[in-house]
Amino acid sequence: MSDRYQQLVNTPIGKIVSKQIGLPNPVTLERYERGQPVIDGPVLLGAAPGGRLAGSAANVLASIEAEVHTPMLQDVRTAAADAGLDAKVFNPDAAPEDQTFKALVFDASGIADSTQLHELWAFFGPTVRRVGRSGRVIVLGTPPADCKTPRQAAAQRALEGFVRSVGKEVRKGATAQLIYVGNKAENQIESTLRFYLSPKSAYVSGQVVRIGATALDADGIDWEVPLSGRFAMVTGASRGIGRAIAKVLARDGAHVIGLDVPALESELEETIGELGGSTIVLDITDDDAPARIATYLLDNHGGVDVVVHNAGVTRDKTLGRMDESRWDSVLAINLTAQERINDELLAREAIRENGRIVCVSSMSGIAGNAGQTNYAASKAGVIGMVESMAGEVGRKGLTINAVAPGFIETQMTAAMPIATREAGRRMNSLAQGGLPVDVAETIAWFASPATGGVNGNVVRVCGQSLVGA
Amino acid sequence: MNASTRRVAVLGGTRIPFARQNGPYARASNQDMLTATLESLISKFALEDEVLGEVAAGGVLKHSRDFNLTRESVLGTRLNPHTPAYDLQQACGTGLEAAILVANKIALGQIDSGIAGGFDTTSDAPIAVNEDLRQVLLEINRSKSNAARLKALAKIRPQQIVPQIPRNAEPRTGLSMGEHAAIMAKDWGITREEQDELTVRSHRNLAAAYDTGFLDDLVVPFLGLERDQNLRPDSSTEKLAKLKPVFGGEQGTMTAGNSTPLSDGASAVLLASEEWAAAHNLPVQAYLVDAQTAAVDHVHAREGLLMAPTYAVPKLLERNGLSLSDFDFYEIHEAFASQVLCTLKAWEDPVYCRERLGLDHELGQIDADKLNTHGGSLAAGHPFGATGGRIVAGLAKALKENGSGRGLISICAAGGLGVTAIMEAAA
Repeated sequence: MSDRYQQLVNTPIGKIVSKQIGLPNPVTLERYERGQPVIDGPVLLGAAPGGRLAGSAANVLASIEAEVHTPMLQDVRTAAADAGLDAKVFNPDAAPEDQTFKALVFDASGIADSTQLHELWAFFGPTVRRVGRSGRVIVLGTPPADCKTPRQAAAQRALEGFVRSVGKEVRKGATAQLIYVGNKAENQIESTLRFYLSPKSAYVSGQVVRIGATALDADGIDWEVPLSGRFAMVTGASRGIGRAIAKVLARDGAHVIGLDVPALESELEETIGELGGSTIVLDITDDDAPARIATYLLDNHGGVDVVVHNAGVTRDKTLGRMDESRWDSVLAINLTAQERINDELLAREAIRENGRIVCVSSMSGIAGNAGQTNYAASKAGVIGMVESMAGEVGRKGLTINAVAPGFIETQMTAAMPIATREAGRRMNSLAQGGLPVDVAETIAWFASPATGGVNGNVVRVCGQSLVGA
Repeated sequence: MNASTRRVAVLGGTRIPFARQNGPYARASNQDMLTATLESLISKFALEDEVLGEVAAGGVLKHSRDFNLTRESVLGTRLNPHTPAYDLQQACGTGLEAAILVANKIALGQIDSGIAGGFDTTSDAPIAVNEDLRQVLLEINRSKSNAARLKALAKIRPQQIVPQIPRNAEPRTGLSMGEHAAIMAKDWGITREEQDELTVRSHRNLAAAYDTGFLDDLVVPFLGLERDQNLRPDSSTEKLAKLKPVFGGEQGTMTAGNSTPLSDGASAVLLASEEWAAAHNLPVQAYLVDAQTAAVDHVHAREGLLMAPTYAVPKLLERNGLSLSDFDFYEIHEAFASQVLCTLKAWEDPVYCRERLGLDHELGQIDADKLNTHGGSLAAGHPFGATGGRIVAGLAKALKENGSGRGLISICAAGGLGVTAIMEAAA
């Protein structure tokens, strides 16, 4: 599981050597620990004139008690004042060279045509090199589909290319994200902005998330334990990423119901026992598995609030050499089981209002991978399921989303041949592999009752991998 | 007690040209400068042998022996010796505060006329004995026997000879006023260019005020100096750009050019009731309408040391039913170019106006062409106590020439203080 190269280049001598000979220099990413502030450094808030999101962003920054700076521009200063932010003034022409920010947040929703994309340059040009260690670059925009004119849509779509490039330029563990906020969804950004500002999103970069309007709001939520009083079922919870998911959901206040196959029962009991949760032991591909799960949840907990479809397997072989069982088992576990469980839970109304379905897809499902035709097909199918079910699920007041992990340091990746492993680790903007907790944190953000505006999204946890972008 | 108040007329003022530290006034005392200034005012308004209600004046750097300096100065002039006097001190706000005190007594009917003045010398500065030496000397003084005196005397050490020279530092922060202003400049993102432009405008406006004769009856030559020594009529942003930063470190934006120099000088203004003015056939130039002081917490809340006028002015405007744009002249004391720019930015800033000033909207912008139209402290220099009198006299004359309108005075001072006032033209 350990990344010896990263440990080496972070020693004093390793730093000098790697710099001298130009090796990649992955920094140790900051990760969230309970009780930490959302962000532990100054935030620079900017906005293109005429935007509609600076006020919402300012409200979030006030809510997390961030130290906020803004340029001396009337729009953004007014937004800050309305939010009750005692924002400091930042003028790049006068600021000392060593002044840095933990995050740059820019409301680009005012950009109405391509000529106004100049605002991106004007704001980020003098500031992008001031982004500190494990820093954050966050651009807020309007989904192209919500734009009134083709020119506005083109300009808003341009933000994607911009943000993905910034993600590749920023250094020292910094990340860049684009958040498209739909019309009337301005009040839904808090959960997402908190996630992307915080160390919880350490290994997420270059992502585009869409927030839509929803009737539910996050008023009264305890951001330290957003899942308090909620029941969360996690499949494949006994080890690896599933275990990390169970732990993070429990940390966030959820009662975790861990599910795994009989062969892993003792590991499951140990993991979930520590968290004070409950367990379901069964094989999700069994014919009666969906019904037994639904019955269990309804009988014991009156239903469930969060369903995390994490259970999955790989049975790699190139297609011509792949036997039927490898093909069938991967599709059955990774995709069909998720579909059947979802259908059963929805049909029996076992998922409570403001419930969440979170699926685990994979980078392979997006980019494809030699030797993984079965696995990639299943994981791409998961994305298709999420996208196609979002409408129906949304009408029921629920959401369905997926994470797509990239190279995550697990027992599975530790067993890879060194060349493949090193390529997987380094070929991303952060030049390192992610940790299971990075996937778990992303799932916890989707699972939060305050994330109701995010539906039908696929977010990669891949350090902005070069593959499959 | 008088229940109604009277309008307070500003009849005019004079000052001596301001000199740079250790310049032509190096050997002039505060009393010399104030006496000369009062004499010029007496000549200008024919006040010889007049009994005035009072003369109030003050300075920042004073010798302890000069506790009654203004009274002593009055006794050295042609004013009737029955004219009472007193000294006061409110850092750089001293001169304006003197005018406010005299004006308030006139408004209440306690006096009918008075002179408000101010002075300062940074050249003939008081030097105190070393604190350790002072303690020893006091102990000798307290001793009752020769043996005890000798014992105390034996405590004197060579290093105690080093005297205490007054420092331009805030007692509670240890930072010089310039360092405080540099922090403000950084907080507000003030550029070097903005500061240098304001400085050039100050010099050009003051030079024009001399060239057009505006200052002919306001400035009276003293010790061979006819114009303010610090004035650089040919000042330019190119020349100022060459100066090295003196505050705020190597990347600082504040230089000796866009900060006021230490200077020497004095000023005085004649104030009176309308009746007194009419009885003496003296035309009214303007009225001192209202005034407001304020203070900031630069110690615990880390507010900008020189930002107190930003608090005072909104109160002044509200009490008089005015908005920031309702003025024809803005006299903002240029302690540092950055102080003026920070003040203006603060009034334009929704965040500052709401979070700090408790207003529900920003105070607004001012027309830059109405700012310090006859030059400011950057060009003229800034003998601390004398600046208020310079500004009141200049503004009164400008309002008189304008024939109508209003002027706003804003002066920042050490200790986080601010003194502000409104003047109106005589109709």
